[in-house]
This record gives sequence, C-alpha cells and structure tokens, in this order.
Amino acid sequence: MTNLINLAFKNAKEKKRPALLTYTVAGDNTKKKSLEILKSISKDIDICEIGFPHNTPIADGGQIQTSAYRALKNGLKISDVFQIVKDFKKTKNSKPVILMGYYNMIYQYGENNFIKKCKSSGVNGLIVVDLPWPENKGFAKKCKSKAISFVQLLSPTTSKERLKNIIKDSHDMIYYISMLSTTGGKLKVSPRQILNNYNKIKKIDPKKNCVIGFGITEKTIAKLRSADGLVVGSAICKEITRSLNNRQNPVTNVSKVVAKLRNKIS
Amino acid sequence: MKLKKKIPLIDQHDKFGFWGGKFGGSYIPETLKKPVDDLTKEFSKLRKNKSFIKKRDFYFNNYIGAPTRFIKLENLSKHLGGAQIWAKVVSDANGGAHKIYNATVHALLCKSMGKKYIVGDTGAGYAGKMLSMAAKKFGLKCKIFMGAKDIKRQKPNCDAMKKNGAEIVPVTTGSQTLVDAVSECMRYWVSNCDTTHMCVGSTVGPNIFVKICGWSTAQISRELKKQIKIKFNKIPKKIKLINCVGGGSSAYGFWSEFIDFPKSQVELVGVEAGGPKNSKLHAAPLSRGAKLGVLHGAASYVCQNNEGQINETESISAGLDYPGVSPIHCFLKDTKRARYTYATDEDALNAYKLVTRFEKLNPSLEPSHAFAEAIRIAPRLNKDVIIIVNSCGDAKKDRDILKKRLGKRI
Repeated sequence: MTNLINLAFKNAKEKKRPALLTYTVAGDNTKKKSLEILKSISKDIDICEIGFPHNTPIADGGQIQTSAYRALKNGLKISDVFQIVKDFKKTKNSKPVILMGYYNMIYQYGENNFIKKCKSSGVNGLIVVDLPWPENKGFAKKCKSKAISFVQLLSPTTSKERLKNIIKDSHDMIYYISMLSTTGGKLKVSPRQILNNYNKIKKIDPKKNCVIGFGITEKTIAKLRSADGLVVGSAICKEITRSLNNRQNPVTNVSKVVAKLRNKIS
Repeated sequence: MKLKKKIPLIDQHDKFGFWGGKFGGSYIPETLKKPVDDLTKEFSKLRKNKSFIKKRDFYFNNYIGAPTRFIKLENLSKHLGGAQIWAKVVSDANGGAHKIYNATVHALLCKSMGKKYIVGDTGAGYAGKMLSMAAKKFGLKCKIFMGAKDIKRQKPNCDAMKKNGAEIVPVTTGSQTLVDAVSECMRYWVSNCDTTHMCVGSTVGPNIFVKICGWSTAQISRELKKQIKIKFNKIPKKIKLINCVGGGSSAYGFWSEFIDFPKSQVELVGVEAGGPKNSKLHAAPLSRGAKLGVLHGAASYVCQNNEGQINETESISAGLDYPGVSPIHCFLKDTKRARYTYATDEDALNAYKLVTRFEKLNPSLEPSHAFAEAIRIAPRLNKDVIIIVNSCGDAKKDRDILKKRLGKRI
C-alpha cells in the first residue's frame, strides 16, 4: 500500500511548494458542518489534521479551545470523530488524515482499540500532544505495526541530543513547533529564526518530512514556504467562530481562507 | 504494588516517574520537556545541598514559623466522649495555611535557577496568596491563575494577593474553578518557560512537581513526630491521622514521617469533598471509585466520563474542588496504606459549627471535612485512641460562604 502521507509531500515537492496541512476540530460546530468543511477545503490542502476535542487541553490557545468546547457542547463523541473520518474518506480516499488530540482519550478508549478503530476508519497518522518521547515509544511502535504514522513533535526547547534521538524514532512526518507558545499564539519569533531551527532538524535527517506549525496565518505563511509542510489551525478555527458570530456559513468562509493560504504558497 | 520502607514516598517512582508502575509520570507537551528536566536536575542537586537545606530551614523557622502548634481539643473530645481529638494547627503558619511551605521552596528554586518570574495556580486562593507572599519576600514578579468562580467565593485571599503585588489572572473557561486555573497556568508556562518558573500548588502535575511539593510539606510531619514524642514520650499504640484531600499536599506532608509505621498503629485517613448532599457532582475520585486517567500531566484517579472528558466537580470548599488527586495518594490507596472517605458540604459545615463551638480554633472549610470524619468516628472509639486532625487552613477566607450558609460573622 502506498503511504499517503509521504505521497502528499512528494506531490507538493514536485510542484515546488510546501504541503499545506489544516487543523480543524471534529464536530466544530456540528458533525455535519465539520465534514462539509473538510470536503470543501480538501481540494486546496495536502493533509487533513483533525482534532478530537478534549475539555482540558493544556497546550491549546483560545481559538482551538473555543472550537473544542463548541464541538463537545454539541455532544460530539469519539465514535463521531471516527465516523467523520470514514465519511470523509468515502469521497476523498487519497487524502491523508491525521488525528490529533490528548492522551487521556486514547487511554480511556484503550490504546489497541483506538489504533484498530483508526485503521478501520482510514486514519493515516496520529499526533498526541501530551505523550512525549521517550514515553511514547511503545505506543508509536503499536501505531507503526498497523501502518499508522505516529508524528513526533519537536520544539525550540528540544536539545540537540534529544532531536537526534526523536528523529531516529520518528515515522513519516515530524512536526516542528515554531515557538514557545500554545496553539494560535502570535508569531513572536521571526520566520528566519524559525527556518534556521527547521534547517537544523533537516540536517539531521534530510529525508524526513518536517512540517512547521503554531502561529501560522495568511500573513506569515509565505515567508515559511521553504519548509516541507506548513500547518494552519487556529486561524481556521477563528474563522469558524467569526462566521458563526456573524451568522454566515462557515463552510464557504473557511474554504475562502484556505484557498488564500494555498495561493500564498503556490 | 508495594510500598518500600525507609525511602520517602516521593522517591518511590520508576525512571519514567510512575508510582506503583501506573500513577504519575510526566504527560507533557514537548516544549515543557526541557524546563521540566532542568527543574528536575536542579531540585535533585539542591535537596542534597547542605547550604540550601540550611536556607530552607531558616525560612521555615523564621519566616513561616516552626513548629506550628500541636494541641488537644479537650472540650470537643469530652463532648464526643470517645477517642481523644488533637489538632496540628498548621494554619498557625505565616499566611494561614500549609501552602506556604511549597510556595517558599518554589520561590527559592526559582531564584536559584535565575528566573525572575513565577506563576502559579490556586483554588481556595491559599496557594496563590502564599506564592504572592513568597514572591514578594524574594523579589520575584508573580502571576496567579484563578477560576472566576473562585475569585468570587474566596475574596479575602484575592485581596491579599493583590496587596502583595501579584497579578491575578481570572480564568473563565470550563467550570471556572481550580481545574481550569491549572490548565491555564500550564498554558502560560508553555509560552513563557524560558523566563518563568511555574509552581504547581499541590502534589499534582508532572512528577517533579509532586516531588517538590511533597518534599516541602513534609515539614508538617517532621514537626508532628517530635511533638507527639514530647507529649506522649513515645509514639502511642493507636493513632489516626485525619486529613482532607483535594490535590493531597497537606495530607502527604502530614503523613510522610508515619507511612513506615504499621497500619494498626498509625492509621492514615484521607477525607475528600463529597459535594452537596443531594448533588451527583463531587470532588472525591479516590473514595467514590473514579477511573485512572491523565490530567494535568499525570496519571491518577480522575473524575471523568467514559470518553475521558474531565467531569465538573462541586464542593463548598474551593481548595478541594478538583477532579484529580495526587498520584502518591492513588499509590497509598491501592497499597491499602491509607483509607479514603468523603464528607459532604453539609458534614463539613456541621463539623465547623461543632469545632468552633467547643474550641478556640477556626478551621477553614477544607480541614472541616477532616474534622467531620473525626467527629463521626470518635464517639465509637476508646479514649486511648489518639485522633489527630491536620487543621491546615484558617477560615478567614471563608467569611462570605460561612456567613451565607450559617449566618455567622467571623
């Protein structure tokens, strides 16, 4: 089976642009709407990150918290998250999907059950915010044995020695957190500084696909376009909130934002 | 799962930070790995450093005030007519509660790491008040995260924090109580960990914070052990150490010197917050059978639903109003060394009334939960049994609640 995540990076590279990854929260603001958003933006993006919302998210800023609380308030369950992925994959079979969330939900579901369910729903990768290396070694191995990529996170505070070890244990994709911040913070370091750190990571293993995330918006995305991939999350969640507040359709508004983002890096 | 003797409980974890193989750990975002590692190294170095210990003891003696009193509650004992009831009046400590021990140690750690900013969470406001005091004492800039609901119900402590020059950041997400304050404080630390030190207000959070807090509050039982020996010439044959448990920092501090004693001689009793009598909500993960889960960087028994979403809790006592609990208390529960039960809001209020009627003592709503258990069991016990309650906080902060619920002015 071809690895959809690697393929997505390869395709983007051939077109001489970074892969575009978006993060949306499953069930924000309803199951139906979040699926519509995913389907609508999928033409402009390379990889979908879908959040499974938790009510005590210790690494998320205001925008993603708002989205998560909204989805939970509308009764979203973990089974709905898998159903959304399944429905999405029915028509967008080749678009890779990465689920992202906090460990307690996986723990309560049972690691093996969770991975099995990911597999049967068509999930291609997993990001677990609060399960760092080396504690994640066992779980990452389980993911790999079911051909699900476990995405390791790196941050500006990660020491060089640690970078090497984590990259060695990583799968198809690694995720560099641009700055010391929760998601959606204002970019407080220069894009040049971010790329500097990014290049250090690439030097350790040039073959690994590395994406940059946290604080990326329409304004900053073009300056980071030399990366393998770029993740935009909070800016999209913010657009959903704005649309709902203005009684507008979040599907069309978010699609416009994503099209613009794509335009900036094409 | 087994307890080891002669090793402090805070050190009985494996290399990943788990007690009993499954409680604790450090479930943290990658960004916090380095600051947590740095803190771990610094703490393990300093706790062996004689001049640091000397400094700690100096401030414990001269700033916090050691020892706090150990007194017999003669009138209450007589009224109940059973076991002797004693109190360790930890609320004598500077600031009026045990939270000052942890706050002082964190301020010292912060200084020795060369950081100028310190942040912390608070529920009842005591952790916040003490951190603001310690920050002022040691010249640090201080920010306190506190749930908006708690800001309203614990106003006296908020006034104290402001007076000490700390900034109170109201947290308006979720249930607007301690659980949300801890989350927000951790988020702030993620964004500012290069310049800022974080103090977790109880024996909860990633492994190292459990250790630092337990190491700090252990002062309580060091004092108590000496005081018991002076009063009774030995450790009596039957003692019950009763303590309220929210996060569990005062209980660990109260018990740490006594964990190696046989259970038949020194019984450890933890009292959680059962919430209002007819409410389904509570903050009693240990005594009401909550499942193991991950909250705020550690695995412990957590009030949560089947999906792993954290439950809202409810208690009259802001300091106990927390869905999780210290991993070391989970360990003490599963090894059956300690017994955990709960008291309802009403039980705590009745206990408060009874204690203040008979004694010159003004326990806050948190230790009133512990007194409720003491009052419940004392009449059935022999007068040779020594019940000691940790009166770990003063009720000044509860002025408004007590007035509303009991019509009482204090």
